[in-house]
Amino acid sequence: MHIPLEHYLIVSGILFSLGLLGVIMRRNLLVIYMCLELMLNAANLALVAMSRFNDNLNGQIMVFFIITVAAAEVSVGLALIVALYRKRQTAHVEDLTTMKN
Amino acid sequence: MSDYLFYIFAALTVICGALVIINKNPINSAMFLVLSIASMAGLFVLLHAFFLAAVQVLVYAGAVMVLFLFVIMLLDLKEEQRRKINTFGAVTGVASVAAIGYVFYQSIRNTPLPNAVAHSEGDTVVLGKLLFTDYVLPFEILSILLLVAMVGVILLSKKDLK
Repeated sequence: MHIPLEHYLIVSGILFSLGLLGVIMRRNLLVIYMCLELMLNAANLALVAMSRFNDNLNGQIMVFFIITVAAAEVSVGLALIVALYRKRQTAHVEDLTTMKN
Repeated sequence: MSDYLFYIFAALTVICGALVIINKNPINSAMFLVLSIASMAGLFVLLHAFFLAAVQVLVYAGAVMVLFLFVIMLLDLKEEQRRKINTFGAVTGVASVAAIGYVFYQSIRNTPLPNAVAHSEGDTVVLGKLLFTDYVLPFEILSILLLVAMVGVILLSKKDLK
């Protein structure tokens, strides 16, 4: 007996929903960033599971590319957050309302 | 045996993912994100994607999370613990996430999915062959992207940012 594909997809869906909930609810830029990583990981899990069950390795290559792009994205984003903090002394989205009015 | 392993790793991944968004302290969030990512590497091993499991641990749990922890400790983020969660944001967030979760559930239930386990092994030799034959152009473009990101990060972290 083996685990069906549905279970992997359900885990992936739950993780993506959790990440989305964090992005909507949390007010700290860094935690929002972590939740984005969680969503990317959920997509990776779905891709790897699909690649396994379809006998097709292209999904795993896609995951490899996603991990690399995510690493680049994290480095640039964290540099932006540090630059923002240096200028405004905050990493809180509620304090960043320059473009509101 | 590997069935139980799947459920253990899946539960660990989901619980640690929930703790990431529940925790008030960003350092605890980062630590639970490391745990979640490591147990997802376990799921990758169960899916016979050995190379990706290694890359997941090295790149995500290693490099990316160290970067996160550096930045958390660089910024002074103690203020977070005093703020309250906005009720309106919580209600709308839970509602929209429930909606999208329902969409996921229905689409998983109503799609015919392949059930037979294939024999494709995601080890380094096979992935490397595929990466350097069919996907050599995206691979090179990715290296240029990494170079651009590196230059951009150095420029952004300079002292006199205009």
